[in-house]
Amino acid sequence: MSETTIAAISTAYGEAGIGIVRTSGPDSLSVLRKVFVPNRAGATAGQLQTGAGSAGDAGVWTPQPRHMYYGRIVDPKDGSVADECLAVFMPGPQSYTGEDVAEVQCHGSVISYKKILALMLENGAQPAEPGEFTKRAFINGRMDLAQAEAVIDLIKARSARSFDCAVGQLEGSLSQKIRSVRAELLDLLTELAVNMDYPDEDIEELTYNRLGNRISLINDELIKLKDSSAEGRILREGLLAAIVGKPNVGKSSLMNVLLREDRSIVTDVPGTTRDTIEEQISLRGITIRFVDTAGIRSSADKVESIGIERSKDAFNRAELLLLVLDSSEAISAEDLELMEMAKDRPVIVILNKDDLPAAGSHGKTIEASGGSDGGNGLSEGMIEDEIRRILPGARMVRLSAKTGEGLLQLEDSIEEYVTGGRVRREEDVLVTNVRHIALIEKAIEELSEAGRMTRAAEAMDFIEVNVRAAFDALGEITGETASGEVIEEVFRRFCLGK
Amino acid sequence: MEKYTLGKYDVVVIGAGHAGCEAALACARMGKETLLLSINLEAVANMFCNPAVGGTGKGHLVREIDALGGEMGLNIDKTFIQSRMLNVSKGPAVHSLRAQADKRRYHEEMKKVLENQEHLLLKQGEAVDIDFAGDGSVRGVLLRTGAYYECRAAVIATGTFLGGKIFIGESVVESGPNGLSPSTILAEALKNKGFNMRRFKTGTPARCLASSLDFSKMQVQEGDPHPVPFSFLNDNIDKEQAKCWLTYTNEETHKIIRANFGRSALFGGQIEGVGPRYCPSIESKLDRFPDKERHQLFVEPEGLSTQEMYLQGMSTSLPEDVQQQFYETIPGLENIRLVRAAYAIEYDCIDPMDLKLSLEHREHPGFFCAGQFNGSSGYEEAAAQGLIAGINAALYLDGKEPFVLDRSEAYIGVLIDDLVTKGTNEPYRMMTSRAEYRLILRQDNADLRLTEKGRAVGLVSDERWERFLADKKAMEEEVQRLENTTVTPSEANPLIESLGGTPLDNRVSLSELLRRPEITYDALAAVDPERPALSYHVRTKVEVSLKYRGYIDKQLAQIEKFKKLEGQTIPEGIDYMSMEGLRNEAREKLTDIRPVSVGQASRISGVSPADINVLLVQLERMRRKH
Repeated sequence: MSETTIAAISTAYGEAGIGIVRTSGPDSLSVLRKVFVPNRAGATAGQLQTGAGSAGDAGVWTPQPRHMYYGRIVDPKDGSVADECLAVFMPGPQSYTGEDVAEVQCHGSVISYKKILALMLENGAQPAEPGEFTKRAFINGRMDLAQAEAVIDLIKARSARSFDCAVGQLEGSLSQKIRSVRAELLDLLTELAVNMDYPDEDIEELTYNRLGNRISLINDELIKLKDSSAEGRILREGLLAAIVGKPNVGKSSLMNVLLREDRSIVTDVPGTTRDTIEEQISLRGITIRFVDTAGIRSSADKVESIGIERSKDAFNRAELLLLVLDSSEAISAEDLELMEMAKDRPVIVILNKDDLPAAGSHGKTIEASGGSDGGNGLSEGMIEDEIRRILPGARMVRLSAKTGEGLLQLEDSIEEYVTGGRVRREEDVLVTNVRHIALIEKAIEELSEAGRMTRAAEAMDFIEVNVRAAFDALGEITGETASGEVIEEVFRRFCLGK
Repeated sequence: MEKYTLGKYDVVVIGAGHAGCEAALACARMGKETLLLSINLEAVANMFCNPAVGGTGKGHLVREIDALGGEMGLNIDKTFIQSRMLNVSKGPAVHSLRAQADKRRYHEEMKKVLENQEHLLLKQGEAVDIDFAGDGSVRGVLLRTGAYYECRAAVIATGTFLGGKIFIGESVVESGPNGLSPSTILAEALKNKGFNMRRFKTGTPARCLASSLDFSKMQVQEGDPHPVPFSFLNDNIDKEQAKCWLTYTNEETHKIIRANFGRSALFGGQIEGVGPRYCPSIESKLDRFPDKERHQLFVEPEGLSTQEMYLQGMSTSLPEDVQQQFYETIPGLENIRLVRAAYAIEYDCIDPMDLKLSLEHREHPGFFCAGQFNGSSGYEEAAAQGLIAGINAALYLDGKEPFVLDRSEAYIGVLIDDLVTKGTNEPYRMMTSRAEYRLILRQDNADLRLTEKGRAVGLVSDERWERFLADKKAMEEEVQRLENTTVTPSEANPLIESLGGTPLDNRVSLSELLRRPEITYDALAAVDPERPALSYHVRTKVEVSLKYRGYIDKQLAQIEKFKKLEGQTIPEGIDYMSMEGLRNEAREKLTDIRPVSVGQASRISGVSPADINVLLVQLERMRRKH
């Protein structure tokens, strides 16, 4: 039986109405209790032994084994709701792995899965290695001998794949930063080691003051790193998307239909101007802050130009542009100007008013304005061609803000953008991602404790344990093992010996 | 030459250095008829390099050797002339005892113990061959005189004697340490038998006469006012202590050394052996750290009955004229008279990855290896391996399971696991940074960790056992008493305030008070009139176990996790080459090292976590089939 409790997303990727996130191990129930709040109104007395009262204070929720409970996944830190879901607890040995297993079934959304997994990892679970559920099932005798071969293949294939993914993800700035923070920690560990192992040597003493400063500098870098990682930031703060387009193209109705369609919260964000209206919605678990901009067209009107400046500012700040075009009209000079501005920016082009006869669909041609090749007739498909010519990477969605048709495709596109597209194809990338954030958080936690101990002037040999744990956590991300590194550094940097 | 059988022993130990002495004593104390051979009886337990025992990590090893019933701790307690507890400003995990020894007396006292040990014969004789039976097992040992000793087990601990070669400048002489004869025939015989031999090197500084030094130009370094014993059998050993001295090199010294780099054997290319980075010669220090303006130099007495002083920090392979010149530039050494030149020494050793965790050679049942022969360095590292090799030789003769300590139980476990599982590319030295469970592997609790194990194998004497039980009881009772005894704020606050702490509001137990960083067990005496008189060892254990309980518990939890994989044993003779799912590199490494547990397998370089998973599943498969 394992000591640790692991968690992972167990739904295969692709289109799915629901997804499953589960844990296995001795703390499964405790993890579930921390993140899941059963909906009491719907619970029967037999299901809930705690009676009335808010979660946590009246007693401990004790689910009946293998009974499905309806409720919400809630972040215990701030009470925010991640998703509505069904939860079930299956005590070992009558479970898939033979250990205590908890399963949460949530809406079929990558972001939902990730949030739930991240909460489980924050509340006592550890990220599962590839194939670990299956491995545990096998080792605990929940699988017959014939399946062993399959298990081994699975472990092998998955670890090879997740290694590729980890490498893929780590290329670029994140990996560089983690490596550089890790190098700083190695430096610090080296100094700690040399101070402890060579007390008689002629080397600079590592004072609490210096140790404390270095720990907090390194920790600040990690915190910054965590905050700036797109993954973490979007999960936490949401995505800022701007709806842009010329006047009367249907921006407001798009905004309204998004707000109306979405079942959850709509809040006004204070401080927004009358010209850029910022609203927040939760789309499949992704928090999206929409800015509906006024026209960006140059204007001589002084009052209007203030609004235009603000719109431009919103345009520039946006992480995702939703560029709305009127599909019933020809592409205008103004549209072209906006498309030019959206070049090299993440953008989804929305061909609105799809309910109306499309430009060119009845033989009507679109006037390609502003272009020197003007005058050529463009049919319906050619609008897309034209968009593709100017914005080659853009996703395109046909939609009717009036009827709501095409809205689902828009939501798909937004989700795809947030999750980086490839995420949908590769389960392990996703796991690795959440795992990385969990490991960075672990490093931060260890360093914070080391900082506290340093301020309290506790023994350096104890502080070293926490610094080393932070170092090891980062090493798990980059795939570097710690063994021997510190000692190598001790001898490289310091002149020691009899 | 005619060979003749001179006798029959259970075990023959080759080499009577720090490893050989412990090995022979362990075998004899476990009732095995033991022959201990030394090329020269003057070489018994000789300290060929620095006249000191202990230090960081090494002091821990000595305590562990003592706790298991070894001799090193007792012998240094008898013969030390200065003692210091290092790192007292840091936490209890890195407190380390280091003592200056009287070399001559250390040798004499150890020789006395060997001579008086039942079942043991210490004899001068040069082993030149080991006789293995067809199945590779030990059958006998041949001496240079033609004498042959039958035996069923042997321990080899040849130190720097095996194929020894000494370098002083351009002079190269086949020699053991300090001018003693080298063991060249045995070196050749081992090579011919197909052992994987390697070449390591080390060095020692010059010795000079105290009467030629001006100590007024150096900083004095005194011993602790109340020296702490190494052995758990000793309490207070107050004695007159010798002084050590500290001085520094300067630009002038460095100029002379640099100008003569070309005459150093190290840079001249004559030396092929790999030297330790933690013990570099002065020329390597200057070469590798050119910006360092000065290097420190400790001047330490070699004993009370001699004028000879050891110049720590100054080992070199430069010729004698250069040695003389550069020493003269150092404050206090202007009129130095050198009596033994510094030298570098190269020697043969094996790749320790050819050994099992019991220190038995994989190919040769009954052949156990220890000390520098295994690629380690240091008296303490040698003694620790000697002890384990000796215990396992005795257990082997009885057909019993080997005695193996793991990384969470002892520095000895870390030492041997590192050597056997990871190997080493330079003479291996113990450091506290090598131990991942440092907070548990303290020197204060070595007896609590190991004495019961030593008793179980039959090495711990009745005297030690009774002492251990009494100490353990006293400790537990005192911990209990401190937890049950409370003090009021008015009783405790004067003490707390005098130490700069935050005053109490409520009554607390003495153990809670002790957890405050500013309060030591000794300081607590002021508010604890009822306290019993306890020995140093018991007081320290009480203090550390209460004061740092939180951290210790956290590490104990980590150890539990570690033990899971260590407990997953791998059957001997498992075939990795045909094991499906393993990568090729892992197959080869696992086949070479043949780990005994999944935990050990996971520490082999080249074996990935995925390989370990495959291994776990395959092991489970095999279990089910049976």
